[in-house]
Amino acid sequence: MKVKLWGTRGSLATPGPGTIRYGGNTSCVSVEGENGTLLVLDAGTGIRALGRSLPPDLKRVNILLTHLHMDHIEGLPFFAPLRRHGVEVQICGPASTTRSLRKRLLRYLSPPLFPVSLRELVSDVQFNELPSNTFEIDEFSVSAQLVIHYNPTVGFRIQGPQATMTYLPDHEPALGGRSFRSNKEWVSGYALGRDVDLLIHDAQYTQQEYQTRYGYGHSTIDHAFQFAELTGAAHLVPFHHDPDHDDDFLDQMISQKVAEMEPAFQVTPGKEGAVFDLGKGIS
Amino acid sequence: MAQQEIEVILARHLAEQLVMPIFIVSPSGDLLFYNESAEPILGCRYDETGVMPASELANIFQTVDQDGNPMNPDDLPIMIALTQRHPAHKRFWIRGLDGALRQIDVTAFPLNAQAHRFLGAVAIFWEVLE
Repeated sequence: MKVKLWGTRGSLATPGPGTIRYGGNTSCVSVEGENGTLLVLDAGTGIRALGRSLPPDLKRVNILLTHLHMDHIEGLPFFAPLRRHGVEVQICGPASTTRSLRKRLLRYLSPPLFPVSLRELVSDVQFNELPSNTFEIDEFSVSAQLVIHYNPTVGFRIQGPQATMTYLPDHEPALGGRSFRSNKEWVSGYALGRDVDLLIHDAQYTQQEYQTRYGYGHSTIDHAFQFAELTGAAHLVPFHHDPDHDDDFLDQMISQKVAEMEPAFQVTPGKEGAVFDLGKGIS
Repeated sequence: MAQQEIEVILARHLAEQLVMPIFIVSPSGDLLFYNESAEPILGCRYDETGVMPASELANIFQTVDQDGNPMNPDDLPIMIALTQRHPAHKRFWIRGLDGALRQIDVTAFPLNAQAHRFLGAVAIFWEVLE
């Protein structure tokens, strides 16, 4: 299982000299299986570069959307395979309580917000609404469960033949209490994150920032570390960086937390372009 | 270890912040959570009991109607919310662990979630002091 980060920024794309190392593109992660199965986690602005990197003879791609906030879908119409005849695209994501996934996406993918409608895309697009029972995509077993964030939002647990990873880019498990509960049964996202090889988790704020952003649906770097410890993750990737945090700030924030907490798990800062070849290391 | 559904976790968070007694039960009637205000009614702290099976719960609550007759459990609001999956409200009497009879209003509603998931029910107790 090869996991690559194409966009690590939260809330708003943040290009510029201050974000070169961590990247300015919003959430997008690819997961490639041994058999070539391709999963795309979220469709932030990072998905554009991913689309350009894919072979022209690509037959099928699966896009798994955690939720439909703009920073997770704004790159969707710029994903090249959607504009190719003969490509099968399955889009999985949460419906609302009253609208289907397709109708929710159409609110963005139609004029006046976007000039091209979803109907005009030439690929064969199918929709799969979440949450649902665990489902199979070729060699992967995918679990999608609702987690604490604004509007219906899911996290994903993806199990391959040799490794398991969890993706929780927008998640506030600390909501409702100052610290995580000792009873794991009552922690949002626990079932998704339990004992995974790789955990990509929201770490948008510092503890100080969280004082005024409580309930915004995001975690602090401390929360991300605590969640990783609670779930027994082997490797944590802090993700969904705040637009106001430049490279130097993130370097300091993450390294300081590692020094302070001395975690038993590995920590790799979520940087655009990072590749995790599960079972083989980072490149 | 299994994890509670997110809607149940959020219901617990809300219950912990409110002052009226609130109970959250699973689809099978097990008491998943009760808040601090509900602890005097049950006579025990949640931290000590944790999840309470439905069978044990029935032994703790003694409910009687306006005429002093024991109530049919199926007529209780929480059972209506669980079995018929719609909200229910009723005023009746309850005998607590201290032996005292209290008149209470109970409102219960089902937790019908997305994707046709039924997650149990929530009951709110209100002592009638008039």
